[in-house]
Amino acid sequence: MNALELHALCKSFGSQRALADVSLSVPTGGRTVIVGPSGSGKTTLLRMIAGFEFPDSGSLTLNGQVLVDTTHAVPAHQRQIGYVPQDGALFPHMTVADNIGFGLTAKGEAHHSRIAELMDSVALDANMARRWPHELSGGQQQRVALARALAQQPRLMLLDEPFSALDTGLRSAMRKMVARLLSDAGITTVLVTHDQAEALSFADQLAVMRQGRLVQSGPPMEMYQYPADEQTALFLGDAVVLPARIQAGWADCDLGRIQTNSPLSHDTARIMLRPEQVHLSATGCPGVVTEREFGGNTCTLTVALHADPSHTILVRSAGLLAPLAGSAVHLSTTGTAHVLFG
Amino acid sequence: MLVSLLALLPIAFVIGVSWQIGWAQIEALVWRARVGELLVNTVLLVVITLPLCILLGTALAWLTERTDLPGRRLWSLLAVAPLAVPAFVHSYAWVSLVPSMHGLPAGVLVSVIAYFPFLYMPVAATLRRLDPAIEDVAESLGLKPWAVFFRVVLPQLRLAICGGALLVGLHLLAEYGLYAMIRFDTFTTAIFDQFKSTFNGPAANMLAAVLALCCLAMLTAESAARGHARYARVGSGSAREQRIVRLSPRTIPLALGLQSLTCALALGVPLVTLSQWLIAGGREVWRFNELLPALEQTLLLGVAGAVLTTCAAVPIAWLSIRAPGRLRRILEGCNYITSSLPGIVVALALVTVTIHFARPIYQTTITVLLAYLLIFLPRALVSLRAGIAQAPVELENMARSLGRSPGRALWQITLRLAAPAAAAGAALVFLAIANELTATLLLAPNGTRTLATGFWAMTSEIDYAAAAPYALILILMSLPLTGLLYHQSKRTAGR
Repeated sequence: MNALELHALCKSFGSQRALADVSLSVPTGGRTVIVGPSGSGKTTLLRMIAGFEFPDSGSLTLNGQVLVDTTHAVPAHQRQIGYVPQDGALFPHMTVADNIGFGLTAKGEAHHSRIAELMDSVALDANMARRWPHELSGGQQQRVALARALAQQPRLMLLDEPFSALDTGLRSAMRKMVARLLSDAGITTVLVTHDQAEALSFADQLAVMRQGRLVQSGPPMEMYQYPADEQTALFLGDAVVLPARIQAGWADCDLGRIQTNSPLSHDTARIMLRPEQVHLSATGCPGVVTEREFGGNTCTLTVALHADPSHTILVRSAGLLAPLAGSAVHLSTTGTAHVLFG
Repeated sequence: MLVSLLALLPIAFVIGVSWQIGWAQIEALVWRARVGELLVNTVLLVVITLPLCILLGTALAWLTERTDLPGRRLWSLLAVAPLAVPAFVHSYAWVSLVPSMHGLPAGVLVSVIAYFPFLYMPVAATLRRLDPAIEDVAESLGLKPWAVFFRVVLPQLRLAICGGALLVGLHLLAEYGLYAMIRFDTFTTAIFDQFKSTFNGPAANMLAAVLALCCLAMLTAESAARGHARYARVGSGSAREQRIVRLSPRTIPLALGLQSLTCALALGVPLVTLSQWLIAGGREVWRFNELLPALEQTLLLGVAGAVLTTCAAVPIAWLSIRAPGRLRRILEGCNYITSSLPGIVVALALVTVTIHFARPIYQTTITVLLAYLLIFLPRALVSLRAGIAQAPVELENMARSLGRSPGRALWQITLRLAAPAAAAGAALVFLAIANELTATLLLAPNGTRTLATGFWAMTSEIDYAAAAPYALILILMSLPLTGLLYHQSKRTAGR
């Protein structure tokens, strides 16, 4: 069942098109990530779901209740939708406890125990309760913001690049914690980010936006392997894109003959492989390493093929064993190639 | 909206009266050498006083907020303290000290001394709340400290400086007591004299119309200088502490000299002359049966007026920050124009209107409070606007997503954050009401005597010694309030 339904949402700011005909279904209890480069309209979409912006046309439904359509709109404060903005936006004139308790309706002892419970759930120490927002680190501020949004038991949680201000190690730890916390609570979540790695790891459902349009949506692994077009393919990660002739499910290209996911035949198609599908091997297509980017556990090699040196191919190799630039290598592939049309 | 429309009343009065007089007579009344002379006087006063006030106010604010000047807490208190001394008491003190003082130089001197705190306060408050990270970034981009100040800090002070300068400018145009005492003719003193000789004469109304045009020009200038920028901080969480600049041993005496000179002129002179008059007057000038009721009246009118005005300013300030549009700008402008009309024009407009349309409230406290609202709204407005501009709209959104209606979100978040600014605005209004002369004289129920009108009655009879207790009580009453003003503006949100 779907919790949130976006239907044909359009929005312009003056002559600037922010959203063009965006439709998306968000399944109940799932984690949907909307990913796109900056300026793609993803934050506008999120603010529209929260009720801070209103669409020019289209409709928005949550658990069967119409939040916005052409005739009426439910104001933000009646939507019961949690929102965690990029910088946390903690109220600077309230302590941590008051911030978290802001959305609570309970009074007295119940109020305090609920705050303690919420702080515990986001792994904040109980003695932080009396601190002021400016005394907290970035990660702690985000936790408070999350606890504050959780307090009202939201029907939907919106996260606007909540981890982008954190350092790398903390970011993935926070991501895991938030993902676990929200799935345990069974809260449907929509997260917006420009970071594809974050998107792929957090999402059950991924939606890619570009220039106000929703280009493609689906499970992250499927999107990674079978992107709708080359731009999406490159946005979601490194890719090897080669021209190929396709016949009866097989592609002929500079890397040899590779099985594809398409039964169609095409003379001038392009195929896409992920770098991890290409391996160094004893036999195969000959080439020479032109660049070597050491990255610790893996090393990304750029290989120019003898068959056509103008096409360079990215290959991942175990960091410590990777051949040096200038070495002659042979390449082979595994898995199937994805055919890009258009 | 309603308040703004109400504010149009006095202007409608001026226009209506002009209409009745007819164009030919207007031409005869306006194109006179006398009007030209007043215009030159008024323009010179504004053009010379304003830059001096801006310079002094900003310099003192920077010294007390951003440097390690010895005793800077005390100095900043002393820079606000002149607010407790009514403008006409300033000139009363100077005239007592140097009886020959008159004309433009005297006008400029006393005006700068009396009004620079109006610039000091908002500039200091803004300096305190600026995000230091922006200055760090500027410095990392290779700017020298002075360049950081002029290219990064000063532009962010623009809202505060523009607001303060407008306030000072409008005071210069509308003040009566100060200039009357040092015999410097501005439009306002001329209008007052006209009214006294020919009650409600066309000549005075025409002068008022020209004065209103001057104010319109000033508003336009301020609006252009203010621009369309919004100055909400967009950084994460809360701001860090401000950095403090170390003064070199050579600049410290210079800075201290500037501070103490300002202090001596703005506080020393009134206090010394007041004490001289009090000593000379002895015990018999303390007529408590007159002083105490005056004090009570002043407190009553001041508190009621301040609360009313601040409440009315909230929606206007909020709209002008959150939804700046042409209509809002115009509505806000209407309030300023009204406040720039001398109190007596607003008062007479209200007299005319209440006599014709609302007889029951004629010469009641309601009318007086209404006049205060119209005249002093901009004071609350300037302060509130700067405060609300510093509270990011994102926080209000946040509160709404946590189940607060827009009204409650505004109340619990934005207004709470803007509370110091609102309190400062209310205190300013109270001080203004305590020192108000003309509207109170005309509109208050018979027998009302505030400290200010009492003082004025005494000085009009050249009984300077008897006036001294009134001035002293006014100052003493204003002092704790100015202290509160100072304290509130020191406090930043969450601390």
